[in-house]
Amino acid sequence: MTHHALKHLRVAITGGTSGLGLALVHALHAAGANVAFVARDAQRVASTAARLLGTHGIVGDVSRKDETHRIALQINAALGGLDVLINNASTLGPTPLRPLADTDCEDLETALATNLLGPFRLSKALLGALAASAREGRGAHIVNIISDAAVTPYAHWGAYGASKAALLHLSRIWNEELREHGITVTAFDPGDMDTPLHAAALPDADPATLTRPSDAAREIIALLAASPHDRAGVSA
Amino acid sequence: MKAASHPVQRPRDAKLLVIDEAGRLHFAPRSRLVEFLRPGDLVIANDAATLPASLHGTHVRSGMPIEVRLAGRRSLRVHDVRDFTAIVLGAGDHRTRTEDRPAPPMLCAGDTLALGPLRATVRRTLGHPRLIALRFHGGADSIWAGIAQHGKPIQYAHIADSLALWDVWTSVAALPVAFEPPSAGFVLDWDLLHALRERDIGFATLTHAAGISSTGDAALDARLPFDEPYYIPQSTAQAIESTRRRGGRIVAVGTTVTRALEHAAARNGGTPRAGHGVANQRIGATTRLRVVNAMLSGTHEAGSSHHELLRAFVPEAVLLHADAALAAHGYLTHEFGDSVLIRDMRTSLLAASVASPGIGGPMAEVDSLESVP
Repeated sequence: MTHHALKHLRVAITGGTSGLGLALVHALHAAGANVAFVARDAQRVASTAARLLGTHGIVGDVSRKDETHRIALQINAALGGLDVLINNASTLGPTPLRPLADTDCEDLETALATNLLGPFRLSKALLGALAASAREGRGAHIVNIISDAAVTPYAHWGAYGASKAALLHLSRIWNEELREHGITVTAFDPGDMDTPLHAAALPDADPATLTRPSDAAREIIALLAASPHDRAGVSA
Repeated sequence: MKAASHPVQRPRDAKLLVIDEAGRLHFAPRSRLVEFLRPGDLVIANDAATLPASLHGTHVRSGMPIEVRLAGRRSLRVHDVRDFTAIVLGAGDHRTRTEDRPAPPMLCAGDTLALGPLRATVRRTLGHPRLIALRFHGGADSIWAGIAQHGKPIQYAHIADSLALWDVWTSVAALPVAFEPPSAGFVLDWDLLHALRERDIGFATLTHAAGISSTGDAALDARLPFDEPYYIPQSTAQAIESTRRRGGRIVAVGTTVTRALEHAAARNGGTPRAGHGVANQRIGATTRLRVVNAMLSGTHEAGSSHHELLRAFVPEAVLLHADAALAAHGYLTHEFGDSVLIRDMRTSLLAASVASPGIGGPMAEVDSLESVP
C-alpha cells in the first residue's frame, strides 16, 4: 500500500487511546500523517502523545454537547485545518449486555449521546474546516465507525445497535448532502475486534477468533489513501 | 438603529438592504439574497472560527482581578501562538459597559498574568497603558487547550445572554483565529451554499483574523482596526482569477474579506495572490477598490471603522440616505442584526460601459478600474 497519500494528511481521531482508535493513531502517525486524537482520560492522552511525538492529544468527551466546539477548536488549531475526521469513540451502553426491555432510558440516552450525537456535533463543528480542505483539493473525509450490530438485530445489543444503526443512516444521508461540497462520509464496520469494548460485551470470546485492531486500522488507512471516486464505492 | 439583542445567527425575519450600482435602495427579506447575485459571481467568506478571546484572571504582582482580551497576532501560523497583542480591563465583566469598567492595575514589562490554567508574561505596553504584548508560557498544544478551556467569547453588553462558542462560529468556521466573529458570515448556512451552487454562483473562503470592534477607550478605538493577518488559499486565488476573466463579480462577505482581498490585490498589481499577509491598511472614502465589486455585511453605525469602509463603495450622500432608510425600516444593527449588500457604485460610475445599471444590469468592467489614475 502506498502511504504517499497520507503524508501530511491532517487527521483527527476520537477515542484515540484504546482499541481501534489507538491503532489508528499509531498507524497514521507511522505513515507520516499529522494526527490529533481525542479521549477522556487526561493521563492516557498525555502518555499516548508523549509516546508518539508529534501527535496532538486533546482531552475531551464527545458525548458532552458543551465540549464540542472546544474540541473542534483544538483540532483545527493543532493541525492547521482538517482533512479527515474519524468518529471512533463508542460506548456499549450498559454492561453486562441486557435485553432492551431491561435497558434504562438513561442508558439508551448515554449510548446515543456518545455514538450518535457526539459524531453529529463534532462533524458539524468541523464541516467548515473539512469543506475548506475539499476546496483545496485535499479530499475531505469523515469516517464513522459502526458495527454489524447496526444492521443485524442481535438480542441484548439494543442500546449499542440502535445507536450505530442511526449513525449508519446519518452517514448515508450526510454523504448525499455533502458530496457537492467535496466531503465524503463513510460508515465503516471494522468487524469483531480484540478490543476492551469487545471484551466488555463478550468476556468469554476467544481473542484468537477476533480481528486485531491494527488490521482493521490498515483497512481504514487503505480507504483514506484511495481516491475520492473509489471511496464513494465503499460508502455505507 | 436598534441593536439585535438575541444571539440568533439566522432569524427567520432577517432583512436585507441592497444598495445597487446606481445607488438605489432595494428592501427584501434576507432569504432572497441569492436573487441579488448573478450566475458567474463569486462569493468569498471569512472562514475564521472565533476564539474564546476573553480570559479572566489575576495580575499576580498586585493580586488584582483582570480581564485580558486577546486582540491581535502577528501571523496565522499554527505554532506561532505564544505571542498576542491584548487589551486588559479591570475588575468586572461584560454586564458593565466597557466604557465604565475600572482600569486594570499598572502593567509593567515582566509582570505575570495568571489566566486559569494559562500563565503569561507582559512583554511591554504598546503606547497605551491597557494595550500590551503578552507571551504565553508553555507549548502550542497546551496554550490552545488553556484558551479553549478557560476562554469565553468576547461578550457584548447589548446581548443579554452569555455567548457560547457555537453562537459566534459561522457555519463555515475553521481555523480559530478571529478575535470577534466575522459576523457578516452568520448569514451562511449549507442550504444557502447549495442554493449558490444551483445558480452557478461560486463560493470560496479566505481566513482573516477579524479583530475587535471596540475597546471602550476612545484613544484605543482610534487605532482600530489593528493589523490583521490573513491567508488566501490557492483555490480561492484561482477562483477570483477565473471569475474576473469571465466577467463575474467578486462579492465579499464582510469587511474582513474586503480588507484582506484589497490588501492582497494592492500588493500584487490588482490581483490577489495566494498566501499569507497582514492587512494593515484603512479602507475609506479615498480607497480605490481593486478586486471587490460588492460586499455583504451587517448594518453598521456611522463613525465605526466598518461604516467608514462602506464609503469606498458609495458616496457619502448615498450612505446617509441608506442609514436613514435602515432606521426607518426597523433594520437591526450589530453582530446578529440585518444585512446590507452594497455594490461598488464608485467603480460603476467610472466605467463608461454602465448604461442603466440595476439589479441584473450590466456590471462594471473590473479592468477599467486599473486604468483609473
